[in-house]
Amino acid sequence: MIKLVALIPLFPLLGFIINGFFGKKISKSLSGWIASLAVLASFVVSLLIFMELEHSEVKSHIVPLFSWINSDTLKIPFEFLVDPLSSWFLLIITGIGFLIHIYSMGYMHDDEGFARFFTYLNLFVFFMLLLVLGNNYLIMFVGWEGVGLCSYLLIGFWFKNTAYNNAAKKAFIMNRIGDLGFLMGIILIFVTFGSISYDQVFTIASTGNEGTVTAIALLLFIGAMGKSAQLPLYTWLPDAMAGPTPVSALIHAATMVTAGIYMIVRSNVFYSMSEQASHVVAIVGVATALFAATIGLFQNDIKKVLAYSTVSQLGLMFLGLGVGAYSSSVFHVTTHAFFKALLFLGAGSVIHAMGGEQDMRKMGGLWKHLPITGKVMAIGTLAISGFPLLSGFFSKDEILAHTYEHSPTLWFFGQVASILTAFYMFRLLFLTFFGKFRGTHEQEHHLHESPSTMTIPLIVLAILSMFGGVLGLPEFWGTTNWFHHHLDPIIAHKNPSILNHTKEWTLMFIATAAALATIFFAYMVYIKNNILPEAKDEKLTGIKKLIYNKYYVDEIYEAVIRKPLDLLSEGFYKFLDLQVVDGIVNGVGSAVTGVSSLVRKVQTGHIGFYIFGMVLGIIAILFFTFIK
Amino acid sequence: MLGYTITQWLFGILSFLAIMFALMVVFTRNPVNSVLYLVLTFFCIAGHYLLLNAQFLAVVHIVVYAGAIMVLFLFIIMLMNLNADTEPRKHIVTRVIAGLVGGVLLFVMVGALKGAEQLQLVHGGSSQIGLVKNLGKVLFSEFLFPFEIASVLLLAALVGAIMIGKRDTNINSKESTN
Amino acid sequence: MLNGIPINFYIMLSAVLFIIGAVGVMARRNAIIIFMCIELMLNAVNLLLVAFSTLHNDASGQVFVFFIMAVAAAEVAVGLAILSMVYRNFKTIDIDLLSRLKN
Repeated sequence: MIKLVALIPLFPLLGFIINGFFGKKISKSLSGWIASLAVLASFVVSLLIFMELEHSEVKSHIVPLFSWINSDTLKIPFEFLVDPLSSWFLLIITGIGFLIHIYSMGYMHDDEGFARFFTYLNLFVFFMLLLVLGNNYLIMFVGWEGVGLCSYLLIGFWFKNTAYNNAAKKAFIMNRIGDLGFLMGIILIFVTFGSISYDQVFTIASTGNEGTVTAIALLLFIGAMGKSAQLPLYTWLPDAMAGPTPVSALIHAATMVTAGIYMIVRSNVFYSMSEQASHVVAIVGVATALFAATIGLFQNDIKKVLAYSTVSQLGLMFLGLGVGAYSSSVFHVTTHAFFKALLFLGAGSVIHAMGGEQDMRKMGGLWKHLPITGKVMAIGTLAISGFPLLSGFFSKDEILAHTYEHSPTLWFFGQVASILTAFYMFRLLFLTFFGKFRGTHEQEHHLHESPSTMTIPLIVLAILSMFGGVLGLPEFWGTTNWFHHHLDPIIAHKNPSILNHTKEWTLMFIATAAALATIFFAYMVYIKNNILPEAKDEKLTGIKKLIYNKYYVDEIYEAVIRKPLDLLSEGFYKFLDLQVVDGIVNGVGSAVTGVSSLVRKVQTGHIGFYIFGMVLGIIAILFFTFIK
Repeated sequence: MLGYTITQWLFGILSFLAIMFALMVVFTRNPVNSVLYLVLTFFCIAGHYLLLNAQFLAVVHIVVYAGAIMVLFLFIIMLMNLNADTEPRKHIVTRVIAGLVGGVLLFVMVGALKGAEQLQLVHGGSSQIGLVKNLGKVLFSEFLFPFEIASVLLLAALVGAIMIGKRDTNINSKESTN
Repeated sequence: MLNGIPINFYIMLSAVLFIIGAVGVMARRNAIIIFMCIELMLNAVNLLLVAFSTLHNDASGQVFVFFIMAVAAAEVAVGLAILSMVYRNFKTIDIDLLSRLKN
């Protein structure tokens, strides 16, 4: 079965081709089913391969497909790599992807670009699978760019809206900054190790000197920063919420944004070798987690809250990577994919019911109108807040415990971020589903539970969010951490846990207590005292205003980067373009005119004269060629 | 005969005649005579081809050049009714300069080609490749494609010549209005 | 040696014929004569090609001459057609009078 791994990306590609070329000719439900079944087929194959790998002694299989680039010393075969990491990501991508495809059939039902939507979605899945499956950095890069493209296409899916288009462009450009770092990292790897295939590079990685390895690790991390929305390149992700909600769930929460984490886990050899690079990753991660969490506190757009929460959770994962807890981070990627996809899809269901309204100040009291959505959203919120025994509790705790081993300071900030997460998530839940309905009368009349194509994926995801934690039960409970063992073969250097059980219990207790206290606090604020966010943005003052406006980061980027660049290009245009370049071009032109007005006198028009010239030329050529 | 073989005698005589006739081509005033001298020059060159055992080319040469091309020339000259009296002449200075330039060209060429006597003989003098049979084999195997292309070229030239030579009333009327 | 004749004799003969052609091109004004002189130059080159072809016992040279003849025939056909056209329009083929290339 492993030999047939190429089938996995092939199915979505076929779906893409069918929907892309014939989407307008076939009916909506058919194109939706083609796309969904393509992903389902991939999921089945992925599952079979995963099982086979689980029972196989050899944990890493390279499946060569064809020779791709063959030029002198640059030899890049097109190979797929099946190992615990890639097979796990395959399951996440195709599994969550399939659920979201099903959901989209309900969500996008009335959209005129239905087939186009599924075309892009299939293309995205194809590239994402390529990214995960490739056995060298170049295939990863192709997938990386491909998912970026699909992200761009899907954010700007409603291309008639200029703001959405700008958001798409912003996402694309921000990503390009990161991609440049990634590309330079790949080149540096090739220059240093003479290959970009994982198996070859990682076996000889230890021969590289530490400076080079740090440089490689940092360059790759820049790529991850762009794709996984880390400080300072995160601003595109909240804006990316312009896309349809299933897109936000699939691309901007569950899969694409975790590509950066996949890449770093894949390259964990480099990060284990370089202390500094790991430090940078950890600090950027915790800073992002904290920064985004504070912004999330005062957002009123339901999707924006989730977006900042995604950025914050990604920051937490990077913190885990930075402290060497690679498998914990992947574990968190998994549970996060469950509950964040659930939350986004639930939010989509709410938005669907509200007729496109995304402002939480106009919602409230939706619990009785949307019973299923309300319940699954509550499960998702509890999971992300770290409520005991739900999936988020285990994965987040694992990361924080490893952080504590590494540095209590980082642990403190990480814990604060996670407390803030619990607060704003419950704020979201309470504002949306409890209290009185604050929208218009017409909206209230229109409220309805979503169709079953949308609720079934929600229920499946809710179950996964609830019980996803059993994949990685903590070892000090006396159970085996299956997830840890699963990923063991691909982690180069494991740092054994140095905490004793008492400490681990204490940390877990602190986290639980903090989460419960925060939930209670949120309950007091939003339910008991019924404090609502200001209806008008202008009334905010002081630090609230600062945070509400996202610390003015966009404005700062505008002032610090865009304005000087504009000025610089203006200057270049005025000086270089108008004076130098145009001067040279015009100068050449007038020089030619001047010279030719002299030379043209030679052109008498008499053939005899020309013949003389020709013969003299022949004489000159013969003379200088043969007689010297 | 005077220590020379008959071939060498033939070479000497043919060379002398070729050069003489060639000079006459250039120096005769009457174009018709020029054409006739050129035909004679071509016959001498054909003789050289025979000496080199290139029988096929010798025959083709006579047929194509002396037969077809020169007849064309003669025909055109007759058509234009050119003769010694209408023949324009260059200024004497120009002709002297032409002679001088020619001399210099000869000098340079001889200088450039003087290394040729060191050329090694690959095969003996009695080469058989010029025979129709051998040349035909090469022409229709190795050079088949260029051969076919040459036929297309000739067809194109045929059509082109007819198109150009055709009296086009439109162009004439345009010329007269200019 | 080709049948007892050194190769540089052929070189000299070709060179002389070629230069006679070149001088003719330079010294005459009649376009047809110039054309004929060009043919003469072509033949000088052909002769040399055949001589070397025989010397090296390589048929390519003679095949080449064959193709040159084909091209020359095509060239003469088109060239003379052009000349007759020129004569029809300008009533002369004196190249010193045909100086319209200038404009």
